[in-house]
Amino acid sequence: MSALLALPVAIPLAGAAVAVIASRRVTIQRVVSVGGVAGALGAAVAVLVAVERDGVIATQLGGWPAPAGITLVADLFAALVLVVGLATVLAVLVFAIGQPGCDDESAAFHPVFLVMTAGVAMAFLTGDLFNLFVAFEVTLTASYVLITHGGSAPQVRTGMTYVVINLVASLLFVSAVAFVYAATGTVNLADLAGRMDAIDPNLRSALAVLFLVVFGIKAAIFPLFFWLPDSYPTAPSPVTAVFAGLLTKVGVYAIVRSDTLLFPGALPEGLLLVVASLTMVVGVLGAIAQDDMKRILSFHIVSQIGYMILGLGLFTVAGLAGAILFIVHQVPVKASLFLVGGIVEHSAGSTALSRVGGLVRRIPVAAVLFLLAAGSLAGIPPLSGFVGKLALVEAGFDAGRFAVVAVSLAVSLLTLFSMVKIWNGVFWGVPEEPTPQLAGSVGRLPTPPLMQLAAGALVALTVAIAVWSGPLYQLCTDAAATLVEPGPYLEAVLP
Amino acid sequence: MSLLLAALVATLFAVGVYLLLDRSLVRIVLGLTLIAYGANLLLVLAGGGPGEAPFVFADRGTEDFADPLPQALALTAIVISFGLTVFLLALAYRSSVLTGDDAVENDLEDRRIARLRRETDLDLDELTDELDALEQHEPASRERGS
Repeated sequence: MSALLALPVAIPLAGAAVAVIASRRVTIQRVVSVGGVAGALGAAVAVLVAVERDGVIATQLGGWPAPAGITLVADLFAALVLVVGLATVLAVLVFAIGQPGCDDESAAFHPVFLVMTAGVAMAFLTGDLFNLFVAFEVTLTASYVLITHGGSAPQVRTGMTYVVINLVASLLFVSAVAFVYAATGTVNLADLAGRMDAIDPNLRSALAVLFLVVFGIKAAIFPLFFWLPDSYPTAPSPVTAVFAGLLTKVGVYAIVRSDTLLFPGALPEGLLLVVASLTMVVGVLGAIAQDDMKRILSFHIVSQIGYMILGLGLFTVAGLAGAILFIVHQVPVKASLFLVGGIVEHSAGSTALSRVGGLVRRIPVAAVLFLLAAGSLAGIPPLSGFVGKLALVEAGFDAGRFAVVAVSLAVSLLTLFSMVKIWNGVFWGVPEEPTPQLAGSVGRLPTPPLMQLAAGALVALTVAIAVWSGPLYQLCTDAAATLVEPGPYLEAVLP
Repeated sequence: MSLLLAALVATLFAVGVYLLLDRSLVRIVLGLTLIAYGANLLLVLAGGGPGEAPFVFADRGTEDFADPLPQALALTAIVISFGLTVFLLALAYRSSVLTGDDAVENDLEDRRIARLRRETDLDLDELTDELDALEQHEPASRERGS
């Protein structure tokens, strides 16, 4: 049991080492990479089953008892996000293998991708504030390499912004950890939860805001999101897909974890709800102003983060359950939309709305996948986004927060508008200034079946989330109950 | 935490942030390095005052020990910031190979909005010049606006 928790981190790391050794043979790298992520996913499913059966489980790395050692801990929230995150990573990896010229151009892709997977898994599983910092750094360092992977001029330009912003956030994180340690003398999350009550409430509020800023930069909440829509679209499609699906959600996960475990009630009243509303509105308005599929989708990442923060801001079991359900649905939906964007780019040579059009005849499978994923993003019943939004709206009504519910519904409508805009621009109509691929001056490239298969698997996952939303919502409610009343979490770490 | 060291941390952060606001990536790297020094110093200071080296001997108690944990944390943070500084310098070098300098350029969206304003005949001569200078680094093929 105790080794199980380490496996989702250890398997991809070991795979990364093997992939480095096999750097001359891309076939071996692919096998190792898929095997590593699939192994981690298997371990994550085992963790989820164990947590669902026995409650929160914890492991002390190296056998040092908490709070001296480093703790790995999984509650239902962590296990759920871990499973859906790794499943998405696996699909994106298969897509990257299928896309010509993505993973076979450089031997660095697979090792770095596996390291990033390990970092994400560690961020979800760690029970230690400083180890969370290390997990963020592992993830981000790998993401720096992936986002500048091609080394072209636009990638270097946007990569600079991305790296510098994230480095500043990381340094703020280190400073915040130092303040927490100076105030409490511990960095173990469970131990901290017990000691936070003893410190001055004002200091506690200051620390809570500092952590909100640190994690808010990573999660791209208003007003700290400005780096995201500029840096994500330039990366190769599979890289953007996994960033969009996972990296911002790691930030959201950290916000939820810190605000429920360490600082419940420490943030100024209503701050999170205001932040959530502004994130939703500004994100969706930014998306409407865009004329490129990948950039529109990047702004929607920001907008959808607002819904998750909304659930946290309500701070009820129902609100948090809605937020968790929304995160679980959002990870595969966002990634699959970017994968469809990748298919469009592969087939038509561009994702600018003015340069492509009428692709429904050329890539009908991708068009269907886009419809399902976009409908889910906009929240059309009975797709998964509808279920997540319904849970959030109900929780908002129960908490009496009518204004923020109204904002979220209006944003849903605008999201639908923006998805229709992509549909009209990309899949219907005729391009204004067609790309060489569409004008017929270049030979037609068939879409590799592996790309369609991977995107299709992700969309199937979102449909499955909608179909089994009843039991899933029950799981999310149990997870939220542990977040609001962290007794089992504390007992598992500090018996 | 002594007042002098607290002031030193504050100074390192202040100078670092000032350098960070520059456009040249080399200055940004220097600024980040200074902030990293400040943050690491803060970590060490968080452990309280100096004390004996934390080696456990049979004839010595553990009361006078310096707190070893923040030092271990600071060491980790130093290694990470070192690695990332090297990566940023490599990025700056790549940028100078591609564009001739290491300036961090404006956001694509900012430039697009600036161009929209220019098209509505606002008096933005300075901005126009600046934009033209920027566009020399950015081949027109990638500009999709209007």
